[in-house]
Amino acid sequence: MAKSKSAYSFASKKQKFDTHIIVVWVDNEAGVLARVVGLFSGRGYNIESLAVAEVDQNLNISRITIVTTGTPQVVDQIKLQLKKLVPVHKVADFKREDKNVIFKEMALFKLVGDKIKLEKAFKACKKYDAVILDKTNKSNVIQVTALRREIDSISSILKKFGLVSVSRTGAVAMTRGAEVFK
Amino acid sequence: MPKLYTGAEIVFKCLEDQGVSNIFGYPGGAVLPIYDELKNFKSIKHYLARHEQGAGHAAEGYARSTGKPGVLLVTSGPGATNAVTALTDAYMDSVPLICISGQVPTHLIGTDAFQECDTTGITRPCTKHNWLVKDIKDLAKTIHKAFEVATTGRPGPVLVDIPKDIQFQKTNYKNYKKKIKFNGKSHNQFSKNDIDELINLLKKASKPIFYTGGGVINSGPKASELLRELVRITGFPITSTLQGLGSYPADDNQFLGMLGMHGTYEANNAMYECDLMINIGARFDDRITGKIDEFSPKSKKVHIDIDPSSINKNVKVDLAIIGDVKSVIDSTIKNLKKTKHNFIKSNKQKTSKWWEKIQKWRARRSLDYIRSEETIKPQYAIERLYELTKDKDAYITTEVGQHQMWAAQHYKFNKPNRWMTSGGLGTMGYGLPAAVGVQVAHPKKLVIDIAGEASVLMTMQEMSTAVQYGLPIKIFILNNEYMGMVRQWQELLHDKNYSESYTAALPDFVKLAEAYGCVGLRAKTPEELDDKIIEMLNTDQPVIFDCLVDKQENCYPMIPSGKPHNQMLLGPKDQKNKKITRKGRTLV
Repeated sequence: MAKSKSAYSFASKKQKFDTHIIVVWVDNEAGVLARVVGLFSGRGYNIESLAVAEVDQNLNISRITIVTTGTPQVVDQIKLQLKKLVPVHKVADFKREDKNVIFKEMALFKLVGDKIKLEKAFKACKKYDAVILDKTNKSNVIQVTALRREIDSISSILKKFGLVSVSRTGAVAMTRGAEVFK
Repeated sequence: MPKLYTGAEIVFKCLEDQGVSNIFGYPGGAVLPIYDELKNFKSIKHYLARHEQGAGHAAEGYARSTGKPGVLLVTSGPGATNAVTALTDAYMDSVPLICISGQVPTHLIGTDAFQECDTTGITRPCTKHNWLVKDIKDLAKTIHKAFEVATTGRPGPVLVDIPKDIQFQKTNYKNYKKKIKFNGKSHNQFSKNDIDELINLLKKASKPIFYTGGGVINSGPKASELLRELVRITGFPITSTLQGLGSYPADDNQFLGMLGMHGTYEANNAMYECDLMINIGARFDDRITGKIDEFSPKSKKVHIDIDPSSINKNVKVDLAIIGDVKSVIDSTIKNLKKTKHNFIKSNKQKTSKWWEKIQKWRARRSLDYIRSEETIKPQYAIERLYELTKDKDAYITTEVGQHQMWAAQHYKFNKPNRWMTSGGLGTMGYGLPAAVGVQVAHPKKLVIDIAGEASVLMTMQEMSTAVQYGLPIKIFILNNEYMGMVRQWQELLHDKNYSESYTAALPDFVKLAEAYGCVGLRAKTPEELDDKIIEMLNTDQPVIFDCLVDKQENCYPMIPSGKPHNQMLLGPKDQKNKKITRKGRTLV
């Protein structure tokens, strides 16, 4: 980051950026995603990935999972600013290193090639519980559910085996054990 | 069968139930059904502005001088976009505002219809919350919720966008009883431990200072009373932000004046050298802190605020108390009285050296200026205005620039809600329409807009509003023909290259006043100033007062670009010793 010369954004000592996974429970209403995302862009916070879906149809609640990076101070601000939004019910924050939390992303890979290539491709991602969703003589669609860095490495490996298209989701998260975030 | 009401009727039923008696607005196609209904609600008076921004600032002035929410009513498209500046201004300065906007009929939304814009999209980042009402059954609920959101917690603006077809549709309406409840976002749950810890810090401090802000005003008049008591019991010095002026009497000996970029020498030095800073309802804004790395390096910092996201946003604090200022001070005083009756005595000795130091800083008389017999010095004009109006319980609004800072420095406020100025957003053109709103709220009081000639031209059209409703606002223009603050920065920071800061063709303000159908006055020399001011005060009509002041005068003291609090520029003489470096120029 270039050092700013303006007092408006006088960057103090450089601090380490941590990756956090922020989970937000919101009313599923028009514009709610724009409010959350707009808060991030308006205040200059990062979004590395985003996953949203309704999780409770009766209560009309959606769960938004955002992967972000920032200094501890910025991450605190993100949480406090999110809590101020009217449709936000609660906000959870997990560090990526947190062993008590499961993080998962899903990816679909389309591979085109001969039989040998396709077999090699499937082998390469087998240890990540890969599933073949579609199969033809010259193509496969493989689904993998794993961590982001694992999917990153699968992607680069698969390039050798006829990878033509990738579609990925943002991360979702859940705590281990019986406890539920209140 | 219960009576059915149209959406337009429900809007007014809701306003009635919320106790609203004055609204500001401007009609247009998409709000016509609502305007049509106005005649049937006699308890609500509508003030027609000349521009939606003016309506918005008037509603802000109304809100800030009464503590009640301001209401504005605008049409779709340009009506809503014109209100954006006022909404943003209210958002930055925590002013409760309810904006009701018309929208094109629901079936036309998204078709680029005439006067359509994405109002909720545009206003999302400048309101606490906004709603597009797509179902008539949600209308009443939404408007009441809007009032609740705007007025609870840290106050702010909200917007309710109502499509035209919804205004025509009918449904039933249940009368609303106002309940004291919080939208789940309000925080007033500080613990006894927090207060104990605060008392502990107060006890240990030998160089303490209170740093108070607009939060004290927003917490209500009782909060100002309690603040005065707390300051008296502790015997500590107190400084205030621009927005906090009036919460503590400015002529009291314990008051060090305003702090920050144009604050007093004693206030800024005390902030730099203190060992305990108690921030009550202020937000460590960059115009206050200066260079953040060197901001008050030796102090323990306490922050009392109702908004949890204000804590540690700019400055890391040692003790955060999240709560309403009034309740926190009340608990603190009760605890102090119970546990340490003679706090002030035991404390006096401890802080005596601190006070000596403060008196030395004070002796520098940082607000002094070089007086003149020939030209009216702007500071002198404010001083005279203050002297001649101080017994009249005047309400002062301002525009933005040098005149605003001089008003803050030289007009001494003794009561809360008497000082309306655009601090956070710094909106030129705020003061005149705000004065309209203040005068609506306080018809019998003296309302003065201390203005600059550049700012006031931005919303000058609202003079017409003042004349229409017989609102005798006084527009006191410090006319130096320059955008003064821009000119000052260009002089100090850009080698006197006065790029586009001189207004070569100004109107004749006296004739302009006459054209609007009000009174114009002009003062050219210090000699005639008092008489002219008295003439203005004796005029029972709106007045535009053209006060021709020194064109070269700069606003001091000033913390120059990117410097900490203890390196202030005190005036023209001091300036030679502290040249602003090339690097410093970029830091303002």
